[in-house]
Amino acid sequence: MYFVRNWLFFLSKEDEPMMYLQLFLSFLQIGALSFGGGYAAMPLIQNQVVDIHHWLTLSEFTDLITISQMTPGPIAVNSATFVGMKIAGVPGAIIATIGCILPSCIIVTLIAYFYMKYRHLQSLQDVLSVLRPAVISLIAVAGLSILTTAFFQDNVISLHQLKIHMLIIFIFCMYLLVKKKTNPIFVMILAGILNMFYGLLTSAIV
Amino acid sequence: MVKKDVLFKLFISTLYLSAFTFGGGYVIVTLMQKKFVAEYHWIDEKEMLDLIAIAQSSPGPIAVNGAIVVGYKLCGILGVIVGVIATIIPPFFIISVVSLFYNAFKDNMYIALVLEGMQAGVGAVITSVVYEMALGLTQEKSIMSILIMIGAFIGNYFLKINVVWIILLCILLGIGYSFYQRRMSL
Repeated sequence: MYFVRNWLFFLSKEDEPMMYLQLFLSFLQIGALSFGGGYAAMPLIQNQVVDIHHWLTLSEFTDLITISQMTPGPIAVNSATFVGMKIAGVPGAIIATIGCILPSCIIVTLIAYFYMKYRHLQSLQDVLSVLRPAVISLIAVAGLSILTTAFFQDNVISLHQLKIHMLIIFIFCMYLLVKKKTNPIFVMILAGILNMFYGLLTSAIV
Repeated sequence: MVKKDVLFKLFISTLYLSAFTFGGGYVIVTLMQKKFVAEYHWIDEKEMLDLIAIAQSSPGPIAVNGAIVVGYKLCGILGVIVGVIATIIPPFFIISVVSLFYNAFKDNMYIALVLEGMQAGVGAVITSVVYEMALGLTQEKSIMSILIMIGAFIGNYFLKINVVWIILLCILLGIGYSFYQRRMSL
């Protein structure tokens, strides 16, 4: 019952129409100015939400980052939903989310349009042939930083901090993905469950 | 295939990818590669790399940008709308619910263990995709490609140069390369 009441409270919480406009404009800026995704957007969000508008305290903002890391979805969209919800309920969450993705929708669609139209031009092909190998490396770097967090306690790269069970889970996942062509989402969830059993087993022994 | 079917499949697969993609934009981009290139064969591998480059170098969340480029490529503006909506529905609902249950969620040991383990799985997915793409590239036996791959890696990983600058630099290099090719063929 508590949650239902809480939810209704969120639905009806409506302070002033200006709030919607401010939410929209703030997240519009976040959407338009955050290049490079994810962590690059964090300082921008903090600036808008904590420093300028005081919608969240710093500790609430830290909670938001924790939630974002524990749940799927882009951090900017997560923040828009979280902040919008807190300030102006469900309508606020929707308005903030729209603000945050609108610049992408316009800019990326335009670039995609020009790409589809001109991609057969030889000079664009030349440019893209230089760009493609770099993109592979950028993805590799993102993967490497996730693996560093996964394998090493407190993110310190040393043999003492190596979590061997995580390394074994990783190798098993690689085997499933490369040799067995298993569905990647299934592999990700399996990795989570394996680690949960490992954690429960070791805590039971100790 | 009929456009309606493509749109429906695009919606379902984007929704599904977005709901299970922990660990940021690059993960969803690699999963899109697996789904739309390797499984459905709707987009070829080189084109996918171009689309990823667009998604990465534009402002905004990479997952949303990825859905826009793939949606546009498959079904035009309608594809963009369907892809974006499917991408934001899962985080929207999950955050709405989690923000209500935050304290219970944060301290739950099972959830923490599953999430920790998933990092190894996510890392494996990215590694396998990078491995396949790099293998495809090295088969072209172009020394230039391999040098750019190494250079971009060093720049991003060791020198911590921002992704946007690396992409811009590669575009400049590509323009230079294009002029060079033109002059050679004259």
